[in-house]
Amino acid sequence: MDYLKAFIVGGLICIIGQILIDSTKLTSAHILVSFVTAGVILTAIGIYEPIVSFAGAGATVPLPGFGYSLAKGAVKAVKESGLIGVFTGGITATAGGVSGAIVFGYIMAIIFDPKTKS
Amino acid sequence: MKNINIKDYSKYVDEKIPKTNYFKNSFRAFIVGGLICTLGQGITNYFNSIGLNNEEVSTVTAIILVFLGAFFTGLGLYDKLGKFAGGGSIVPITGFANSIVSPAMEYKKEGYVLGVSAKMFSIAGPVLVYGYGSAVIYGLLYFLFTK
Repeated sequence: MDYLKAFIVGGLICIIGQILIDSTKLTSAHILVSFVTAGVILTAIGIYEPIVSFAGAGATVPLPGFGYSLAKGAVKAVKESGLIGVFTGGITATAGGVSGAIVFGYIMAIIFDPKTKS
Repeated sequence: MKNINIKDYSKYVDEKIPKTNYFKNSFRAFIVGGLICTLGQGITNYFNSIGLNNEEVSTVTAIILVFLGAFFTGLGLYDKLGKFAGGGSIVPITGFANSIVSPAMEYKKEGYVLGVSAKMFSIAGPVLVYGYGSAVIYGLLYFLFTK
């Protein structure tokens, strides 16, 4: 059942992205930026947490889920260490994914060459 | 054509652009995006079952998906998927990895510092700036209004 929920909710979030691509002149960079920021805002106003508890990876794997981790990390760190946590929380919560993206991204870019566009 | 103004030109361009099939594109994005999230759910369930806590599970899931996104971009398969799926491959976190590897590979000939390392952040950089920026703002507001 959790697979079905993840599939449907994750798919719906991607549809929102697709409709934005089709109906506006936003580039994928704009889509990624606005989805992450939207994730932070939706978590801050309490809307995203229920979606995550309902859909699991369906809500955490799309980029608003990155914003969700950022926002949750910020709150947790502020509770633990106050003003310092304002600056450490977001990065701490997302350190694994971002470090992974940087390291694997670098390695793959070194190993592979771009395919000629057909 | 010579004296065409901007307004007429964009109208001309709009006429020439093939009509967008919203339903077909959305359907493809739904299927592919949904499947990537289902894969994420499988990874999450596995690491939950071997007893990692929630934060560790979401970190490991993110790392594995980012690895897969980077690897398949390197193989050239992710961009093929992207042509089919559009938003379905851009919106999941694997698309974030794709946005790092694609420009990094493309600009390799400009060197490992100003080529690969600088260009890998051409899309990821803005994402991190706005992501961390909004998290700090939220953290600050939370700090101010809960003390």
